[in-house]
Amino acid sequence: MSAAITPSVGAPFARILSVGGYKPARVVANAEICERIDSSDEWIRERSGIIERRWAAPDESVADLATNAATVALDRAGIGAEQVGMVLLATVTHPYQTPSASAEVAARIGAVNAAAMDISAACAGFCYGVSLASDMVRGGSARYVVVVGVEKLSDWIDMDDRSTAFLFADGAGAVVIGPSEEPAIGPVVWGSDGDQRDAITMTQSLIDYKHEGGDIFPSLVMQGQQVFRWAVGEMSKACVRALDVAGVDAGDLDAFIPHQANMRITDAMVRALKLPEHVPVARDIAYTGNTSAASIPLAMEAMLESGEAPHGGTALIIGFGAGLVYAAQVVTLP
Amino acid sequence: MSQEILDGLAVIVNEVAGVPVEDVQSDKSFVDDLDIDSLSMVEVVMAAEDKWGVKIPDSEVKNLKTVGDAVAYIAANQ
Repeated sequence: MSAAITPSVGAPFARILSVGGYKPARVVANAEICERIDSSDEWIRERSGIIERRWAAPDESVADLATNAATVALDRAGIGAEQVGMVLLATVTHPYQTPSASAEVAARIGAVNAAAMDISAACAGFCYGVSLASDMVRGGSARYVVVVGVEKLSDWIDMDDRSTAFLFADGAGAVVIGPSEEPAIGPVVWGSDGDQRDAITMTQSLIDYKHEGGDIFPSLVMQGQQVFRWAVGEMSKACVRALDVAGVDAGDLDAFIPHQANMRITDAMVRALKLPEHVPVARDIAYTGNTSAASIPLAMEAMLESGEAPHGGTALIIGFGAGLVYAAQVVTLP
Repeated sequence: MSQEILDGLAVIVNEVAGVPVEDVQSDKSFVDDLDIDSLSMVEVVMAAEDKWGVKIPDSEVKNLKTVGDAVAYIAANQ
């Protein structure tokens, strides 16, 4: 006869307690990007909505960016670092196969009792983290979870590729997720489509580069129109499903915070969703660029700080990107 | 039939890119006359797919130079 095992006991619900961001100091204007590509400030603004972006310093690591954001989020949550049970870090730009960035971040923020792991879900990574964290808090495997979305994409851009050089940027955003008496994170709507894995990928693998070399270090490459079609068509449907399963009407939203992929994608999604005009839409990409996993928490923080979205308001968030993968949920803003 | 498609397409182009409906004529080039760039074109194509139940693959989109090209493609593949 098997022994009786005591199950873990979690909180009734989970919520986002706080958000904190970190943008690197260096502002990179479109003019600087155009020194390497045949383009113009006007073209970049028209095609992406990007006016400027931030790039980290050469000696600033993914873990550095993440630590800065997590420290702010933890401070705002008002809990001690030793209470954190898990650090989930979403990134595709940590330049070590192992060890993870999350373990370093956990140590540096003083989360001495935390487990730690990295998530590889590209631009959907933050929403994946929110979903996992919510389940951990409710399942009892962690009472407080720090979720960080962080990228240093400037390390992985081909500065001479006119279709991507202007797009990607660096930054970090973090939230603390903890117990709640009320539902504050809706059911996740997520999925993947590996048949479209070539839509956003690397020019070659690191192993091929090691053996065969080449003039250009492996860098990001994207089929823009294919991604645009998928994002506008399929992600709008995922947004509708996320609202539906959460039982929330689009008109009741206080903010729509899609991954800041491209302003044109955001505009087209808003049109496809027929989002009521009074719902504020995150447009942080204009001054932040596409920071992949970091874009949603950075945009969330910006909307709260500007007063565009209210603390305690209801937001729809959706991340989507390389894989292809996506995740969406309705959340109560911290 | 073609006139109906043309009228519907004009509404779509107007919604996506703000081009006046009356400017969307068969002989007009999406890029050169209507200033529809590749991303807006994808949006127009997707809306057309929904409206007329056709499939317009990315490989075909680049062949649709004029409004008339698009009308003819939709009419032939509906």
